[in-house]
This record gives sequence, C-alpha cells and structure tokens, in this order.
Amino acid sequence: MKKQLKETPSQTAGPYVHIGLLPDVAGIDVKHHGITGHTGLKDGTPITITGVVRDGSGEIVKDALLEIWQAADDGQFADGHNGFARCHTDFETGEFRFETVKPGPVAWTDGSSQAPHMTLMIFARGINIHLHTRIYFADEAAANAADPVLNAITAGRETLLAKPDTNSNNSYRFDVSLQGEAETVFFDI
Amino acid sequence: MASNTKPAFAPRDRTWHPKGLTPAYNSSVLRSPKRALLQMPTSLSETSGPVFGHDMLGENDADMLANAVVDGDPVGERIVVSGRVLDEYARPQAGVLIEVWQANAGGRYRHIRDGYLAPLDPNFSGYGRCLSDSHGNYSFRTIRPGPYPFPNNGPAWRPAHIHLSLFGASFAQRLITQFYFEGDPLIRHCAIVNAVSDPAAVDRLVARLDLDNAVPFDALAYKFDIVLRGREETPLDAEHG
Repeated sequence: MKKQLKETPSQTAGPYVHIGLLPDVAGIDVKHHGITGHTGLKDGTPITITGVVRDGSGEIVKDALLEIWQAADDGQFADGHNGFARCHTDFETGEFRFETVKPGPVAWTDGSSQAPHMTLMIFARGINIHLHTRIYFADEAAANAADPVLNAITAGRETLLAKPDTNSNNSYRFDVSLQGEAETVFFDI
Repeated sequence: MASNTKPAFAPRDRTWHPKGLTPAYNSSVLRSPKRALLQMPTSLSETSGPVFGHDMLGENDADMLANAVVDGDPVGERIVVSGRVLDEYARPQAGVLIEVWQANAGGRYRHIRDGYLAPLDPNFSGYGRCLSDSHGNYSFRTIRPGPYPFPNNGPAWRPAHIHLSLFGASFAQRLITQFYFEGDPLIRHCAIVNAVSDPAAVDRLVARLDLDNAVPFDALAYKFDIVLRGREETPLDAEHG
C-alpha cells in the first residue's frame, strides 16, 4: 500500500499552549476538562514522577508541556484514556509532576517483553516538532538489561532512567535535557 | 503474531516537517537536540493511544463564540472552521480529539503570561475542543484571531493563526500544529512558518476561504484539512476489513 497524502506539518505549541491543553493553568475556568497530571490508573503501585526540563544552556524551561502514555500494572493498555496524563512545567520552579501507577511490561514486536516504561512527549515554544522519548525505571535493572529499545541505545541510555527518590517511597526523579552534554535520548518512532 | 513483526508506522518524513534547529526562529536554538533521533520500530506502546469520547466535551467546547460569554458576543470576525481528518492513506480518521487555542481579535491571549498591550475580550477565552465524526469531519466556531508581535531575533510579528492539537487512534499519530489564513501577507515573513522549508508543506498550513460554508448574515468560513500519520495495513488487517 502506497501513501497518498503527506502528513500535516508540525508547528511549535508556543508559549500559550496551556490555554488549549491545560486551561486552568492559563487562568481559564473550564468545567469537566478531564485531562490532568494523573493517568487515572489505580491498580498497582502508586508512583509520582517529578523533574525539570533544561535547555542547551542548562536553564530550566518553564513553559513546557509534557504528556505520558503507559500500560496499566498488568502490561495492558486500558480502554478510554486511562494511562494518559498531561502536565506543565511550573512557571516559577520549572518542575513537572505526574501521578500514576508503575506500568507492567509491554509486548515487543516479536512477542517478547519490554521493560516497564512510559512514552513521554514534550511540547514547548522553540520545539518545532514534539520530542518523543521514554521513561524507564532505574530499579528495574533486570528487565532493563533485556529491553530491546534500551539495548539499541549506544550512548545516553541512563538519560531514560527515572531514579527512585531515597527520601520518599514510590517517588521517582526524571530530568530532561533538550540539548547538551547530558542530552536525553529522543526517538523517531 | 506474524503481522506484529512489521513496523506499523513508517518513520515520519523529517524533511517535510520543520527541523528541530531553525536559527531564524531564535527559541529553537537552545531547545533542539543535537544528537540524531534514534529510529525504532513502533510497538504496542505507540500503536495504542488514549481514546477520548463525547463525554469529554462540554456543551459549548466547539463554539468559542459562546463558551466564554459573560455579557455579550466576542469582538471580531465571526468564522466557522471546518475540515476533514484523514491519514496518509486517505482513510477518514474518526474520533480524533482536536484541541484548539488562539489569541483574540486584537492578538491578545487569555493567558497569565501574555502581557501584550492589546486588550483582553471579556467574552472570549480562545479555548475550544471538538471531535471528528465517523467521516473524519470536524468543525468549530470562533473569531478570526489578530496578528501579534513577539520577540525573535529582534521584534517580529506572527500572522493570524489558530493552534490545533490532535490525537489519532495511536499515540504515534500525535500532532500539534498551527494553521494560517489564505492571503495573510505576514505568513511569508514568519520564522515559525518558515521553519517548514518546503513551500508545498507551508501551503498545507494555510486554511482556505470556504464561502460555500459561510453562514449567511452570520459568519464567514474557512476550510482546513488535516492529515495524520497512517498505519501500514497488514494482510491480516485487510482480511478483517
């Protein structure tokens, strides 16, 4: 089958992305918006993921918008939009925060397993086409060692590992670097 | 499963989309990765995706002329925007959540971080949402936004534009874009538009005047068709229609 049409080109989400995607953050009151920083998944181990996004000068990006999509605890994708969450980097601190449960292993293309992970997409002013990456978990060493995606990465694998917070149970830290020495690995999937 | 061994989505054409680094658009300079993107086949993590139903939508989400009214109609040119969402294989995309945001008629955003001197409109928020129907058609009502200045490499102006965010059935189809209005002389001067290098691709971001859909003595209309990535059809899919 041949493609007949070209995809609509991407354009930056810009600095006012919150109006459309997280209206309460922009200061707009919308009843029943239905999309938050919580995936809606309940069964399994509740976790939080916090972090910041840095630009190529190390500056914290305070106008980014992030989305995750993940499997449930059993490795299956839920019906509806459970498993999806969206949040912004705080205008003052630059910190983002997701609340969810730890995902289960998801099937790879050959039927083997991928290590627990979530898809992360990043949108912001200055990002012409959204950046696509994954959040894995540093405390899943055995599963990570067998993960086909992590194993395809030659440099920067550690940038995809959320680190358990030693001071707080079930909290993970995941910082993103858009550019530079510690640049996060981004995918073309 | 045999059909699962085949990549479900071909990689995006990254020469058609804007590159990450487009120095004429200053904000891209420090926010674009320097390393090459890592190409991977799509797995269930990307072929699956969130599904949003009509229960998500508020009564006036698709009517931005009405959804923020306090004491009257918003100021500006009343327009209806409609179009069709297809994939790269020209298949209609049903149930696509389209999230919309824009400036008001004076080019001012209702956002706590926008301090442009044009006034806010108390009856307009610039927020909207709609879902494509079973034929891929979508539509919303709004006012035509105004152009506004922004700091780039010196002062610059954005052409009038409306931002759209789209979810197909697969998370791999996720797309955020902006569309412009036919005939706007600011389009060719805009560094964000020109981040797209192929003129044919820029043309795809321009909504056309759509007089056939104008509402007599009420609203002008513009047409903006959208194409999302398409999933390769496997023989197994074909058997099951």
